This record gives sequence, C-alpha cells and structure tokens, in this order.
Amino acid sequence: MIRRSGLAAAIVLVVLLLAVAAAFTVGRYPVALGDLLRLAWSSLTGGPSGVAPTVETVILGVRGPRVLAALAVGGALAAAGGAYQSLFRNPLVSPDLLGVSAGAAVGAVLGIFLSQTVVVIQLAAFAGGLLAVGLVYTVARLVRGHDPLLVLVLSGVVIGSLLGAVIALLKYLADPYNQLPAITFWLLGSLASIAPPDLAATLPAFAVGLILLWLARWRINVLAQGDEEARALGVNTGRVRAVVVVGATLVTASAVSISGIVGWIGLLVPHFARFLVGPDFSRLLPVSMVLGAAFLLCVDTIARTVARIEIPLGVLTAFVGTPLFLWQLAVARRSWL
Amino acid sequence: MVDRVRRQLLAAAAAAAIAPIVRAQARELVDDAGRRVTVPAQSARIFAAGPPASVLVFAVAPDKLLGWTTPFRDAERPFVDAKYADLPTLGRLTGRGNTANVEVVLAAKPDLVVDYGSVTATFASLADRVQSQTGIPYVLLDGSFDRMAASIRVVGRLAGLDATAEGVARYAEETVAEVTRRVAAIPATSRPRVYYARGPNGLETGLAGSINVESLERVGAVNVAAELGRGGLVRVSLEQVLGWDPQVIVTTDPNFELAVRSDPLWQAVSAVRKGRVHLAPAVPFGWIDFPPSLNRLIGLRWLARVLYPDAFPEDLRSAVREFYGRFYHRVPDEAQLEMLLASARARS
Repeated sequence: MIRRSGLAAAIVLVVLLLAVAAAFTVGRYPVALGDLLRLAWSSLTGGPSGVAPTVETVILGVRGPRVLAALAVGGALAAAGGAYQSLFRNPLVSPDLLGVSAGAAVGAVLGIFLSQTVVVIQLAAFAGGLLAVGLVYTVARLVRGHDPLLVLVLSGVVIGSLLGAVIALLKYLADPYNQLPAITFWLLGSLASIAPPDLAATLPAFAVGLILLWLARWRINVLAQGDEEARALGVNTGRVRAVVVVGATLVTASAVSISGIVGWIGLLVPHFARFLVGPDFSRLLPVSMVLGAAFLLCVDTIARTVARIEIPLGVLTAFVGTPLFLWQLAVARRSWL
Repeated sequence: MVDRVRRQLLAAAAAAAIAPIVRAQARELVDDAGRRVTVPAQSARIFAAGPPASVLVFAVAPDKLLGWTTPFRDAERPFVDAKYADLPTLGRLTGRGNTANVEVVLAAKPDLVVDYGSVTATFASLADRVQSQTGIPYVLLDGSFDRMAASIRVVGRLAGLDATAEGVARYAEETVAEVTRRVAAIPATSRPRVYYARGPNGLETGLAGSINVESLERVGAVNVAAELGRGGLVRVSLEQVLGWDPQVIVTTDPNFELAVRSDPLWQAVSAVRKGRVHLAPAVPFGWIDFPPSLNRLIGLRWLARVLYPDAFPEDLRSAVREFYGRFYHRVPDEAQLEMLLASARARS
C-alpha cells in the first residue's frame, strides 16, 4: 500500500513538472525555446538575461503568474474538496457546498454592477465567500435538535440558492451592454487576467487555509469514521469541523476571487487522489493538491492555446471533467473511505 | 359608484365609435423586417422598445417619446434637458430580456412601438407577439450603420415630423460620407493597429464584424482582433495583446483606462508607452458601440481624430456642440465639452 502510494505520488509529481514545462513553452505570444532557457537561467543566477524586454514581460509577468495561479487555484480547490468530502463523509461534496462560490460570485457581480476596479471586485469576491460561509455556519449553529452535519449541509444548500437568486437579480438589473458581458465572463471563470499582484495578495490566505487543513489531517481521518466514533476517541467534533470549514473556505475564496467560478476540480480530483493513495487524509491532501494543480494547469493551457480566443475555464473543466469522472467511476472498485 | 361605471362604459362606447374614424386615417407600412404594420397617420405617443430605439426616437421626435428603458445615471443626466431626462423609466420590451411590464407599457398609452436594431426572424416574431398581445402597432427598423438615415426618415414620417427628420438624416449621411471620404485618402500604411478594450481588465474585445467594432471598421482602423475571425464580444489574454502590440487602444472602461497607465505589464504595449490609450466618452450615450444607435455618429468623428490626428487636425468642439444640440437637444457647456474631449488628446 505504502509502496503503491509512493509510486503514485512520484508519477503525479513528474506529470506536474512536465505540465509546468509544457505550459511555459506554449502561448499566444511566440517565445523561442532559447529565450525561455536564458530567462530561466538568469532567474536562477540573477544575471542579465539578454532577451527582449517584451519577451521577459510575457514570461515573467503574464505567462509565469498564470501558470502559478493555475497551480495554486487547482491545488486549493482540490484540497478544499478533499477535506469536505472526508468531513461530510460524502463523495458528492465539492468546496462550494457551504456557499463559498455563490457568496464570492455575489461579491464579484456586485463589484462589477457598481463599476468598481478589478482590485475591489476581487476583494468583494473574497469577502463575499467568507461572509456566505459565515452566514451558513451561523444559521446551522442556531438550528438545534437535528443532526448538526445535516443542518450545515441543508443551510448551505438553502443559502446557496438564495445567493444564486441575488446573482440572477443583479444580472437582470445590470447594464446589458457593459456590465452583463463582464458578469458572464466572470461567472465562467478564467485566468486570462492574472497578474503578479493577484498572486501576492492571495498567497497568505492560501497558506493559512492549507496549514489549517494540514494540521487537522489526523482528526479529519477520525471524523471521517463518523461523529460517534470520533467523540468516543476524544475528538472535539465541532471544533475540528470549524477548523476544516475555515481552512477550506479561505483557500476556496482566495482561488475564486482571482479565477472566477471554476467547477469540477474540487469534486473530481479528490476521487482520483483517493483512487491512487486511498482515503487517509494525510496522503490524500498532498496528492489531491498536486493532482488538482496539474489538472487545472493542463486545462488552462488548453484554454489559452487551443482556440484563437480564450475558452472559459468553467466550460472546459466540465467538458474534460465529465468523461474523466465517468471513466473513473467505471474502473474504480475501491470503496471511497 | 354606479354612475362612474356608467360614465366609463359610455366613454368606452364613444371611443369604440370613434375608433373606425381613426383607423380610416391609419395607413400601412412595411417595416425593415418585411412585416406589414398598420400605423396611425401621425403618431403622438411613441414607446421605444430598447435603448437604441430610445436614442433614435429622442433625436427625431423627443416630445413624442414616452419614456426611457433605463433611468439616467448622475453622470449622464446633465447632458440631457431635464424635461426629457425626467421622463419615466418604462423598461425594455424586447431584445435581451424584457424588463418592461406590458401593463405599464399599456398604461403609458402609446399609439406606436418602435424597435431599432436587429431585424432577424427572432426579433420579427417578438414584434408580432407584442403587437398581437397589446394591439399597438410595432415597427421594427434596421439598426445597421448603412440604414441609419433611412430609419431616421421612417421615424420622421411616423411622427409627422418629416422636415426635422430630413435634417437629422442629412446630418447623419454627411457625417458618414465626410469621414469615409477623408479616411479613404489615408494610405494603409498610416493606419494604426487598434485594440478595442472592454471590461474592467481591458481583456474583452470585439471580433471582426461584431457590433462593438463596427465604428472602428467604419473609420478604416485595423482591428488587431480581426485575425481571430468573425464573431462577437470575446475574452483574450494579455499575452495575446502583447503579441499584437497595438499602436492605439480604444477603451470604454474608465477603471481600465486609469489602471493601465500605471500597470507595469501593460507598459510593454506600444499604445500604452506612447500614451495612445483613449477612453471613449459615454455620456449621455456611448460614443463607440453601445447602445448601437445614432449616438455612434459623433464617435466616428472622435475615432477619426484619435486614430489619424494628422488627417483630422480640427478641434472637435464645434462638431460635438452641433451633434449634441441636434440629437440630444442640449448644447454642452465648456466644462462638459472639456470633460468629453479630454481623452481625444494624446497623452505622453
């Protein structure tokens, strides 16, 4: 088992590195391989690269950040999805279960509706995601006398659809010529406009969220056996759940705030990771992250190269994800926990 | 109570008795979608079905316009006479989603609905539906650039303002003809490659043949996105824009125009380095693409000035004064002119 996991992890890492290398070499701006290598060398040694400044901007300012953002967003969504699937003991759960994507969407759409700048739109998306989950969590805490997990999921579903209605209302009221296209593009998800400041701004939240999930990894394993068993083993189920929700929400909200809505990854990737290394969260988390990062990087590379215009990520992940998911469903015999 | 009901019934009966006479004065018109519509001899209350129709009817027959599809924003209001700016907001009746309540439309008692824009089967069938539901004649006019003057004249005839409409139509024809003639004299090598930037990131653009870049194509600009093919509004990456390296950027988003000047990545684009990023004025109606109506006429002159400063050296002030006075019935003051034309001058 351990050996198989190690092999799988090694393969996944190699795939990731190949994907990164491939992503750097292709793009709409023609960059010679020699320039790419010179740039890589000068970045490592700190010396002058000698390539044209525009090429340097393309690689270090545009393509590089986009590759990093694809890795970060893919890894984050997969980590959050894996954590939620274990926590809620349900393979159909994705990171937006508790309304984080819907809340972020309301924030971003409101920002576009009020003609704000990109920074404000991103901040509004991040805050919207946190607020939505906060609301769902508070509502669930106030309702007593039911299974707490069930109440949490239900209030997530209910508030999620309420936020969906808010988005629909804002779209309806938006200026059909200027705001509506911007809203539609945002809701479809894209990494086309990633710039270095986006990465710098979201990195702290990514880090805090992932550290929280990593610290909770053993307790998540215990919790995945069921609340009764976890309590019998002395685990404070409510607190662990809160930590996981906070961690997953932080990473998902940061991801969505810079990429827009990108579905499928949080649902699909943890299944593949579980297929490779089993349900132990301490292995599932890193493998999910690496797989998610590689998956989104490949999808985003397709999105920016295969057609002459940008293909929305939300569309592409579904088109790529559905057949993969069905294939995995057909071949996987292993129980998911 | 009973009295009032009786009075109303009598009034209705009287109206019914008069109706045939009115109809006798009505005439038939074939609209641009090929629909036969019976219209009043002289329409007095016109409902504009969408934003493009609002601008068209407002220019030709402002006193017959019943209301707007959306309320004016604070920045737009000062450019329109209060008498017209305060007209009620009635909503859109067709096109990209209805916001108008049909009962509200009926309560405004229009005797004619005018829609201006696409004349495809979809819009023709929508027009038929609204017309049969409300019983109000619905005229669909072709919103393309080439049919602009013709559509103005039709509205003039419908409103019984043929002379006014003739003046407006002439102005439209002369503007297009003059810009086209002068642009034709500019050799292809002197035409800058232009990127049309929309959206908060400036990464939405119009493909060849899209309504967004129709004005750009009219003034003979080289749209860099045309190489991606024909289509509508799409999203592109900054990498793609760097690859195109446009010499001029025309944008409609003030946030983008502000951000791009200090954004280190965009400095790699020639247009940004040379200060040739131009924010198209948008008050009270956009100058470049939306709404796709008569408002685009002044945008033609502005684009020509921005793209070919040598061939179009004249100051735009008098042109803007004349256009706003004729089409929006209010001549902007000096401060407003300054605000509108600030971006036409190249920044360096």
